[in-house]
Amino acid sequence: MPDHVSASGPGPGATAVADISRAPGAVLAPGAAAFGGAEFTLIRPARARRRQFTITRAPRLVRRAIGPLAAIGLWQLVCSQGLFTSFEVASPVAVLDAARQLADQGVLQSNLLISLQRVTEGLLLGVGTGVVLAVLCGLFWVSEDLLDPVIQAFRAVPILGLVPLVIIWFGVGETPKVFLIALGCVFPIYLNTYAAIRNVDNKLVEAGRTFGLSRLGLVFKVILPGALPGFLVGLRFALVGSWIIDVVAEEINAQSGLGYLINQAQSTNRIDIMFCCLSIYAILGLAADAIVRLLERRLLVWRAAFSGG
Amino acid sequence: MTTMMNNLPAVQAPAGLAVHATGVTRSFQPGRGVLRGLDLSIVPGEFVALLGRSGAGKSTLLRIFAGLDPEYGGDVLVPERRAVVFQEPRLIPWQKVLANVMLGLRPGTDGRAGLRQRSVEALGEVGLADHARAWPATLSGGEAQRVALARALVREPHLMLLDEPFGALDALTRTKMHTLLQALCALHQPAVLLVTHDVQEAVMLADRAVVLTEGTISLDVPVGLPRPRDPGQPPFQRLRTRLLAELGVNEHASVQAAATAAT
Repeated sequence: MPDHVSASGPGPGATAVADISRAPGAVLAPGAAAFGGAEFTLIRPARARRRQFTITRAPRLVRRAIGPLAAIGLWQLVCSQGLFTSFEVASPVAVLDAARQLADQGVLQSNLLISLQRVTEGLLLGVGTGVVLAVLCGLFWVSEDLLDPVIQAFRAVPILGLVPLVIIWFGVGETPKVFLIALGCVFPIYLNTYAAIRNVDNKLVEAGRTFGLSRLGLVFKVILPGALPGFLVGLRFALVGSWIIDVVAEEINAQSGLGYLINQAQSTNRIDIMFCCLSIYAILGLAADAIVRLLERRLLVWRAAFSGG
Repeated sequence: MTTMMNNLPAVQAPAGLAVHATGVTRSFQPGRGVLRGLDLSIVPGEFVALLGRSGAGKSTLLRIFAGLDPEYGGDVLVPERRAVVFQEPRLIPWQKVLANVMLGLRPGTDGRAGLRQRSVEALGEVGLADHARAWPATLSGGEAQRVALARALVREPHLMLLDEPFGALDALTRTKMHTLLQALCALHQPAVLLVTHDVQEAVMLADRAVVLTEGTISLDVPVGLPRPRDPGQPPFQRLRTRLLAELGVNEHASVQAAATAAT
């Protein structure tokens, strides 16, 4: 019996016995003539199906690493084939080389650290503010009516357009950078958390009320935990956004940081350093994503039963 | 203690009553009252089944009794200690089963440990003591509803409000739940208001069946059958037919109509 059974429609191969030889994938069931020669399909049990692809049996980490590793391999291949000059695209090997040079001079560590510090401070400030605003607007109609339109209006202002203004306000020290990063984090956190609070199942709130939960108890036991998945979505956006704003803020006026390094590399035509810094951003992005995934797994254990395994 | 629902000071209900509602009105659109001057009294320990067609206002009345709908007219006196079991279990998904049972309860004289103990016992009464540390998402529909029942019973309510609690369960589980509910009611003796559209369920469980039609009680009959009840017995069937007729269902006529339509 052929291994593969096709489920094709009423094709020409399905009508006559002689046609089977021309379409080796198709089988006719016993007594198929009674159905006018329609083909049968074998429904394989999940186990048999899965055994064919060993990749789905590999650990999750391995499976998730395959894509990025393949991309890096392709990148190296394209470079060593000479599709681009080394002044246009730096190969992964060159990037590693640049990283080693910078690390030897101590430049990489110090600038990475200062960027990390700015992003952390901005994130903390922005996430905190976003959560407070979301809780205020999510729980109280009055604050929603008063605050939400203002927040929405501010959200429409391009943050990068604020850069000149922020320099006038805060000068060129750390404050303007942290401020811009914080501002960039407020909105995704606010929007997602606020929507999640409003989407908490009213039936649960009602049940909590009938079982004697106080207002505060409802907020802390029902509403905020229910809004947690939405908050984590916002956190993902905020993490990515904070690095984007960090680069821009450091490229415009800074004496340190990854963005500053990129800027310097541009003026000295060091394409390898530029690619090195960009790669670090990519790795940081992956790390941030991993942190949120870990948080989700820890905080949303109760949802484990719903996820697709 | 009895509570007047409109946030007025606690008052004494007329002696020997668990629920005393008079002239209850409620409308969601002007001029189209769902409840139109409804009167209903329930004595302590009495099991009342409230029947009515879909949209008759059964759940509206239950929500008023539960304190979830203050926008009504009339006088409603209910015990302060009351508990609701909804059609859906409404367990908090991010709290484990035991925490759900204990939800909103304040420790009494026996402290937090005592509260825990009583909650585990309540879970034991519904046969789920070993599920105390499970997440609600891992329970079957019937199990989740039993947790909801335990959550109601642990409060030792003077009035239990059941809003079609078995409506979403399969027939087999429903029958088991009926037996369980009767045993628990015999044990705890709360007054019960069961909202249902299942006439069989009403006759099986209730001491008294009332039918809600056009916003008032149109029929109020004691069931008066010895327990355990057998749906095959003629008195059971007579009452069932009578209640169905009150709900606008004529069994024989509809069978004939269906037969005529088929031929």
